[in-house]
Amino acid sequence: MLAEIGYGILVVAFFVALYSVGAAIYGERKKSPAIVESARRAMLLLWPLITLSAACLIYLLVTNHFEVSFVYEVTSRSMPTYLKITAWWGGQAGSLVFWSWLMSAFASLVTLRKWDRDREFLPWVIVVTSITTAFFVGLAVFYENPFAFMWFDKAGQVVKAMIQPIGTTPVPLPADGNGLNPLLRHPGMIIHPPMLYLGFVSFVIPYAFAMAALITGRTDDRWIRITRRWTLVAWLFLSAGLVLGSRWAYDVLGWGGFWGWDPVEIAALMPWLTGTAFLHSVMIQEKRGMLKHWNMILIILTYALVIFGTFLTRSGVLSSVHAFAQSAIGPAFFAFIGVTFITSIALVIYRWPELRGETEMKSMLSREALFLLNNLLFMSVLVVCFWGVIFPLISELVTGQKITVGPPFYLRATGPLFAGLMLLMGIAPLSAWGHSTFKTLGRALWKSAVVALVITVVLFFTYTQNAIALTGFFLIAFVLLVTLVEFWRATLARMKTQNENFFVALWTLVGRNRRRYGGYVIHVSMMLMAIGILGINVFQVDTQQSLSHGQSIKLGDYTLTFNDLKQFPNMVNGQEERYVNRAEISLSENGKFLTVLYPRYDVYPDGQPMTIPGLYSTLKGDVYVILVNWESSSANLAPFKVFINPLINWLWIGSILFIFGILIAAWPEREAELVTARTRRVHQTSAAD
Amino acid sequence: MGRMKFIIGGLLILGAVVYLIFSSTQASAEYFMTVDELNAKGASIVGQNVRLSGAVVGDTIQYDPKTLTLSFQIAHVTGDNNQIEAQGGLAAVLHAAVIDPNRARIKVVYSGPKPDLLKNEAQAIMTGHLGSDGIFHADELLLKCPTKYQDAVPSQTAN
Repeated sequence: MLAEIGYGILVVAFFVALYSVGAAIYGERKKSPAIVESARRAMLLLWPLITLSAACLIYLLVTNHFEVSFVYEVTSRSMPTYLKITAWWGGQAGSLVFWSWLMSAFASLVTLRKWDRDREFLPWVIVVTSITTAFFVGLAVFYENPFAFMWFDKAGQVVKAMIQPIGTTPVPLPADGNGLNPLLRHPGMIIHPPMLYLGFVSFVIPYAFAMAALITGRTDDRWIRITRRWTLVAWLFLSAGLVLGSRWAYDVLGWGGFWGWDPVEIAALMPWLTGTAFLHSVMIQEKRGMLKHWNMILIILTYALVIFGTFLTRSGVLSSVHAFAQSAIGPAFFAFIGVTFITSIALVIYRWPELRGETEMKSMLSREALFLLNNLLFMSVLVVCFWGVIFPLISELVTGQKITVGPPFYLRATGPLFAGLMLLMGIAPLSAWGHSTFKTLGRALWKSAVVALVITVVLFFTYTQNAIALTGFFLIAFVLLVTLVEFWRATLARMKTQNENFFVALWTLVGRNRRRYGGYVIHVSMMLMAIGILGINVFQVDTQQSLSHGQSIKLGDYTLTFNDLKQFPNMVNGQEERYVNRAEISLSENGKFLTVLYPRYDVYPDGQPMTIPGLYSTLKGDVYVILVNWESSSANLAPFKVFINPLINWLWIGSILFIFGILIAAWPEREAELVTARTRRVHQTSAAD
Repeated sequence: MGRMKFIIGGLLILGAVVYLIFSSTQASAEYFMTVDELNAKGASIVGQNVRLSGAVVGDTIQYDPKTLTLSFQIAHVTGDNNQIEAQGGLAAVLHAAVIDPNRARIKVVYSGPKPDLLKNEAQAIMTGHLGSDGIFHADELLLKCPTKYQDAVPSQTAN
């Protein structure tokens, strides 16, 4: 019964969303605030409706209603309740409802703000958000229904439908469900998808305002100012989602890495790339009134990539591009992306003359020129990623031979681009708006460059002779120095003029310019992350060997001795939850004992194995041991794989600082402060900022 | 004049990126191949990155747990999904490939622990290269048992 109710509410929500789209357009055309208000109320109704429907679904999940096909697929009796709840977004059908639920929540939040000055945007923001909600609810209603029951057709195949199709018989109630893939039962994996989704969905808001600006012709930077915080929040969640996913891969998948350039990972990275470019280039529009076309195109691309990313990550088309044709929702997704993309671009072309820049770009070294270069580099990384994903398709079409590219391609092609971005991170913050010369920039930068060079030379003699690593370390040192000097100089200036002590000066400095210094903190965190990424990509070493008790593996300065292997079932509620094979390994460095590691190879009752590494983590790097594909048949020989991942922990440290930096930049400012900041800006734009 | 500067700069960057993409593609392209296709290419493909797939012939599996050396033969299976469906699905196609003594086979050598899924009539997907000795040297080995793992594990586990 509850399944029917949940589905019914979803159907109602779909039509309410369509109504709000229609009413908003009609009300706007007829200049009737009452009808627009009705559209707004309809839109506000979406969230409660979808919440109710989701509540039904969660109840079914928690109470083992295996007659519902989705519940059968993603839960099992042995799963704890919290995992049953999170199974909501663990499968495709449920995650569509989850997506719509977030979308309607954000759309409601946006419509609850004060609209006095921006009345004309309202109907169009409703249209865009409600169309998006309707699309995802519609997918759940018509294609991937999470409430559907299972039926056998004449051929004995399972059919999913709400009402018994003619000529089928009901599937007998299953005793237990399939359960969530054990690999996904990890804290990182429980919050990783919602984080990505939050990021995806928040990007719809700036897109909605951009469309509103295009349709109404109010193409100044108002839409950017309204959605600045939404963009930052979107970026925060998307970044956090990517980081959590990487950490999960590192902890659970047992292949010694954190990022595999898998199409699914790239699908989540692509909107991040355009979003990051967007974050930078909107500043140029705000300060200089330039790049208006470009900003529109960036946010349109981001929206398209968000939808595409949702599709790729959740539709099961993961590894095989051929599966596109087999997935029922594939064509729907492509149609939706195509229609919204073409409409948006048509609007940009329609408004092209109004979007002309207010000033011309003159100096190649001005801050706006460097920001533009930054944008070009981000777009280039995007093109590389996109090329890598579609290349197998193209090559098969053109040559008939399927060719794919793997991680080496991405590393090789994006490496120089990321290096360019790092260099810009060092130079751009010191360049002036409007005009800079080599002389002024050189004067500001040469000291940091020299010190970075000295550090690089020291590293050459003490740490590594690898050219890629040295280039990377030089850039990292350079950016860190430039940024820290900026903090230092501004703080000292405040200490002198305001007579404050160091910490008060630093605190107020950052507090008064949250966006700028938040941005610098993010740059610093990026450099810390770069240390880790460089470390694992350039210096990772690994070896593998089968050991019997008492034997050792030597790798680098480390010796790993296999002491013991314990095998036992792990019981949960009197049932075997998994069978644990746990090795005990003592780790020593240059003969000095460090610690004991416990790599594990767990096997779930359905045969799904899970490899949990033994980890010894320091700032110098990780020693990462896995017990590989343990088979009880070869009882006294255990196969191990050992990785040394130098500097990897800087990646995680940087990630935490990164989130912190975004929080600084996104922290709400009081309106009064905003106004003064804006008037100040007007006075200062001609001078060096 | 001012505009020219930016256009030239932009074109230079564009050129650099295009070069970067093409040279990287060439350097790291991996050819998807079946056993027949690999044999047809012969010596011209030696040393190139190849992603090869085929059916594991159970009797030929040899494994030395001391040195972690694994070798086995795979039999040719078509790469065309439609053909596989037409012939009754992957499991049937794999079975037919293994019992057919006239199918092209190739020896594969892999260094690493023996995966649990390496069994007779499993589908092996390997990346590696063909050596001049006519043996396929796999760096990465991925196995699928069509009967058991219908519900795909997230693709990242492929590593």
